Amino acid sequence: MANVSDSIYEIRYLDELSQKNSFIHKLHPLVKLIVSIFYIIITVSFGKYEILSLTPLTIYPIILFTLGDIKFFPILKRSFLVLPVVLGLGIFNPILDREPLLTFMNFAITGGWISYLSLIMKCFLTVLCALLLISTTGINNIAIALRSLLIPKIFVTQFLLTYRYISVLLEEIISIWTAYSLRAPEQKGISYKSWGPLLGQLLIRTYDRAQRIYNGMVLRGFSGEFYQDKIRFSLIDFCYLVIMIVFLLLTKLYNIPLILGNILTGV
Amino acid sequence: MHMADALISPVVGGIMWATSAGAASYSIKKIKLDLDEKKIPLMGVMGAFVFAAQMINFTIPGTGSSGHIGGGILLAILLGPYAGFLTMASVLAIQALFFADGGLLALGSNIFNLGFYTCFIAYPLIYKSIIKKGITKKRIFVGSLLASVIGLQLGSFSVVLQTFFSGITELPLLSFLLLMQPIHLAIGLIEGLITAAVVTFVWSARPEILEPINSKIRSKNMSYKKLIAVLLCSAVLIGSMLSWYASSNPDGLEWAIENITGNAELESSENLHTTLESFQEKISFLPDYSLKTKVEVESNTPVDVGTSVSGLIGGLLTLFLAISIGLVIKLFKNKRLKEN
Repeated sequence: MANVSDSIYEIRYLDELSQKNSFIHKLHPLVKLIVSIFYIIITVSFGKYEILSLTPLTIYPIILFTLGDIKFFPILKRSFLVLPVVLGLGIFNPILDREPLLTFMNFAITGGWISYLSLIMKCFLTVLCALLLISTTGINNIAIALRSLLIPKIFVTQFLLTYRYISVLLEEIISIWTAYSLRAPEQKGISYKSWGPLLGQLLIRTYDRAQRIYNGMVLRGFSGEFYQDKIRFSLIDFCYLVIMIVFLLLTKLYNIPLILGNILTGV
Repeated sequence: MHMADALISPVVGGIMWATSAGAASYSIKKIKLDLDEKKIPLMGVMGAFVFAAQMINFTIPGTGSSGHIGGGILLAILLGPYAGFLTMASVLAIQALFFADGGLLALGSNIFNLGFYTCFIAYPLIYKSIIKKGITKKRIFVGSLLASVIGLQLGSFSVVLQTFFSGITELPLLSFLLLMQPIHLAIGLIEGLITAAVVTFVWSARPEILEPINSKIRSKNMSYKKLIAVLLCSAVLIGSMLSWYASSNPDGLEWAIENITGNAELESSENLHTTLESFQEKISFLPDYSLKTKVEVESNTPVDVGTSVSGLIGGLLTLFLAISIGLVIKLFKNKRLKEN
């Protein structure tokens, strides 16, 4: 059950990162959320052969890593997790799309390979963006951002509760798994005879836990209301938002690398 | 089965976001009507349960492989379709944020694929209609098995359509479907069997957990017309907004269509491709936006050797500049740290 303890570690690691006190961490969560979503939209909006235009977009994660004081490799390692899906789906592009698109030193590069490469680049950029958002913002601040987007409090409360109890339930699963594997050694998974009882009992326990949690919440004055700190917009938030949006729009409207290359080679 | 951001175009992502948001706001309205505060912690903890339970591997008899539960149907059975859908949405949001499983733009599609079909189609039409005649262990088993299988089939069908309309893969629609549906039939059967085993166990051990929701559903008629109306309206609204954006800034969808119709001479000459294309155009809803079409060469994409060299140099220079921005910030920060 290595993946369960891994997940607990993942959550805790990202949670701890979000407690830092850097320039990026201090920005208003709504600003960070908007910029992240805008960044992802711009990234995936490039055509499948436009790898060149994607290169300026690497500046955004680099800025977040350095200004946000986030270590590069642990986050990069996490972004590899999604790659297999994209690699598997994209592999048909080089096979099916054999139109030579570009010749470089007598080598013809087919459109399929270029679109495959652009898919991988997009995958990395979007995944890094999401991971950097959570590791510089944290779940509570994401909830504040969601509330300022007028997302109903029922959803936000329930979103936060789900998050809180994930680690509790993961620990329960670890102990269930340990107990099971001690009684059934050298077994890869759980035998079909125990499918129902094993998960079913956890479900019943979880159900009872929810009742106790509800009682606890009511005793502490819960009435369906969701309270949170207010974070104010500052001038810095506004500047960050404007600069980032302008930068992203520039990368979309102008092919910056080509302009730079043309200046250098004098074409 | 999670869609990734890289596999989706902004237009498809936006439309799916709007649809899922419409379904979510309708669900919130519905659960507000029979506001039972007790349900909020139950939803939260059950979401965490599904998240955690998906990590247990169950051995499939006779094979070396293993499977896990499907969350949507289980949540719909335990919490009802509306609360189940919202819970599934927050589970997927947490997976997208913390595990990069799916992405922020693809979240709308993931909520739709994994939450909508299970909670609003498979649960009411299959599970509910099977147990309508009275709850028995056998009916629960068959109902949850079938609902899981069909929910997942619809979900994977929708993954294929979303990837297809995003123009990501060169794979023709039909082969893509032939690749995806059988795999997900097998996965769905396993998920269904595990879900069915869990639900029947809960029914025999603590029937009252399943009873209240089911009795409520039997007495209440759900107005699906309203839900569909809300969904349609939001999809049309956002779709038209996005297409307005696309036409005023001919980059995305509009641009691709323009290119496809304008650059007919770049059409691939291979016979197989053309037949596939004509077949695809017949079966697809948006024939002009099909995938294996002509090469989309943008005016500023380097094609000949001269510009490809300057493109390459420019690209490398941009990457170099990006990295050096990072290094300069770091140097500056280290200096300030030392001074302090």
